[in-house]
Amino acid sequence: MTPAAVRNAQTLERAFAGRSLWADARARLFRNKAAVTGMAVLGIVALLALFAPYVSRFAYDGIDYSVVTCAPDWWPFEAACKAGPGHWFGTDTVGRDLFVRVLYGARVSLAVGFVATLVSLMIGVLYGATAGYWGGRVDALMMRVVDILYSLPFIFFVIILMVMFDRNFYLMFVAIGAVVWLTMARIVRGQTLSAKQKEYIEAARAAGVSPFGIITRHIIPNVVGPVVVYVTLTVPDVILIESFLSFLGLGIQEPLTSWGVLIADGANTMESAPWMLVFPALFMAVTLFCFNFIGDGLRDALDPKDH
Amino acid sequence: MIGYALKRFLGALPTLFIIVTVAFFMMRAAPGGPFDAARKLPPEIERNVKAAYNLDKPLIVQYGIYLERLAQGDLGPSFKNKDFTVAQLIGIGLPVSMRLGLLAMALAISLGVSLGVWAALRQNQWQDYSVMTVAMFGITVPTFVTAPLLTLLFGVYGVHIFGLEFNLPVGGWNGGAWRNMALPVVVLSLPQIAIIARLTRGSMIEVLRSNYIRTARAKGLSANAVVLRHALRAALLPLVSYLGPAVAGILTGSLIVEEIFGVPGIGRYFIQAALNRDYTLVMGVVICYAALIVLLNFIADMIYGLLDPRVRLS
Repeated sequence: MTPAAVRNAQTLERAFAGRSLWADARARLFRNKAAVTGMAVLGIVALLALFAPYVSRFAYDGIDYSVVTCAPDWWPFEAACKAGPGHWFGTDTVGRDLFVRVLYGARVSLAVGFVATLVSLMIGVLYGATAGYWGGRVDALMMRVVDILYSLPFIFFVIILMVMFDRNFYLMFVAIGAVVWLTMARIVRGQTLSAKQKEYIEAARAAGVSPFGIITRHIIPNVVGPVVVYVTLTVPDVILIESFLSFLGLGIQEPLTSWGVLIADGANTMESAPWMLVFPALFMAVTLFCFNFIGDGLRDALDPKDH
Repeated sequence: MIGYALKRFLGALPTLFIIVTVAFFMMRAAPGGPFDAARKLPPEIERNVKAAYNLDKPLIVQYGIYLERLAQGDLGPSFKNKDFTVAQLIGIGLPVSMRLGLLAMALAISLGVSLGVWAALRQNQWQDYSVMTVAMFGITVPTFVTAPLLTLLFGVYGVHIFGLEFNLPVGGWNGGAWRNMALPVVVLSLPQIAIIARLTRGSMIEVLRSNYIRTARAKGLSANAVVLRHALRAALLPLVSYLGPAVAGILTGSLIVEEIFGVPGIGRYFIQAALNRDYTLVMGVVICYAALIVLLNFIADMIYGLLDPRVRLS
């Protein structure tokens, strides 16, 4: 081929380059202002949390009795004392820097959010895909189990678990993950039921692929859209459950902290030191908003038929 | 209909049985017991105490005894609150919690439905956007943030609105006085108002697009009649099936609200009892909650069947 012909072929290829469904979805997602803002803000919060030890010169457990319950320097209202430079969010009741504690709280809350969601994702996807793929009696039995579990007052079992096993940090991941996988299983099952009628599954079966191979290689990749949406909406749920437990004093233990613990402390001292309530609450609310915006954006992007 | 109700009722029994079993063994699997006081009891006294509560028997026998008594409606004595049976404690706490929960539920449904309908009728106008923004706040900001914030505003600072000074008590029950109930009820209902408003808006928009609404309008019915008599009925159907989850949400919220506002309901018992390893009281409260949720789901299904002939008998 002459160079000119090669160049022609290349331009042609570029002109007709197919856009995958994922590329379409990505374009739609990035056109959604709320979702993009959500991603940006969430990225900033995550980065701050990740580099918390380097962002502030104070240690998260550094007690300083000379600045007990002090407002930040810029605090416009009346306060007993000012915390001095560097304490951007003021200090708590034993003089620890609130800014760095909020960031450490973000670390715990986000970590619990992601890990517990991952746990629920793995259980839910495998369970749902299995039930949906086999169908018939297996499906009926497996979904009956989910129905029964659904009607249990789960938060009470989580509380019992946390109380009885002495507030074990790792148990919290498992306990929360075990609570939120149910909806995931239902969604995946529904998707699988419709996916398995498709020709490519029939082709795979005709080619002799094992059931496990069909589920993991062919069905799960094709039901990923709704699952991604649900995952982004599960993370804030999990963060809420964790803070709920921590607020009741059943989650993270001192000197480690999470947003729930900080909000609980802030609620106790809000009359004299409202900043201790306002900043953790603000960080948590903003983060939860971001996840909700991203989830809504993803739903619109991945499922254009909805509109 | 009655056959279906009976079937559903019998179907709920295994669920309750599983709840009782799981809760029982989960608590017993944990280290520690109700009589692990700071001051150690002499061994012979400890043995007597344990024998009195059957705690010296093998676990499976204890389970059998518990089930047998439960079947006769006996929830047993409380381990920590001496002189009280679990039934008595629940009898004291439940009316308080119920009153709070029912009021919150009534507020959530009336306000949520009105806001949802209003937003649907003004779809994509500023009214719609503002209602949905506020609803977004209600859903994402949790109870344990709104409770202290509202207390700060209306209790501590005493905000003035429309010339009225709000200076509500920050806690306590005071025999269920209105002033004491206002904040807990509002806090408890906020997330539910938001969810119900969203649900109602969504289904209302869908219903308003349907053919029979166009027919009703074409017949020349007034806008009010179309909305209230024709659209609203169909639009409220999804709300009925949300009734069960709503009650679960309010129960969960009541744990926080009762703790923050010092309301003497069963939510507070539950946390204290779990911390104290008061086995029977924890079981009693869990059974009570589970029964409530199962009952509400049952009622929701019944109402759904009555309202929508298509799901009847299926």
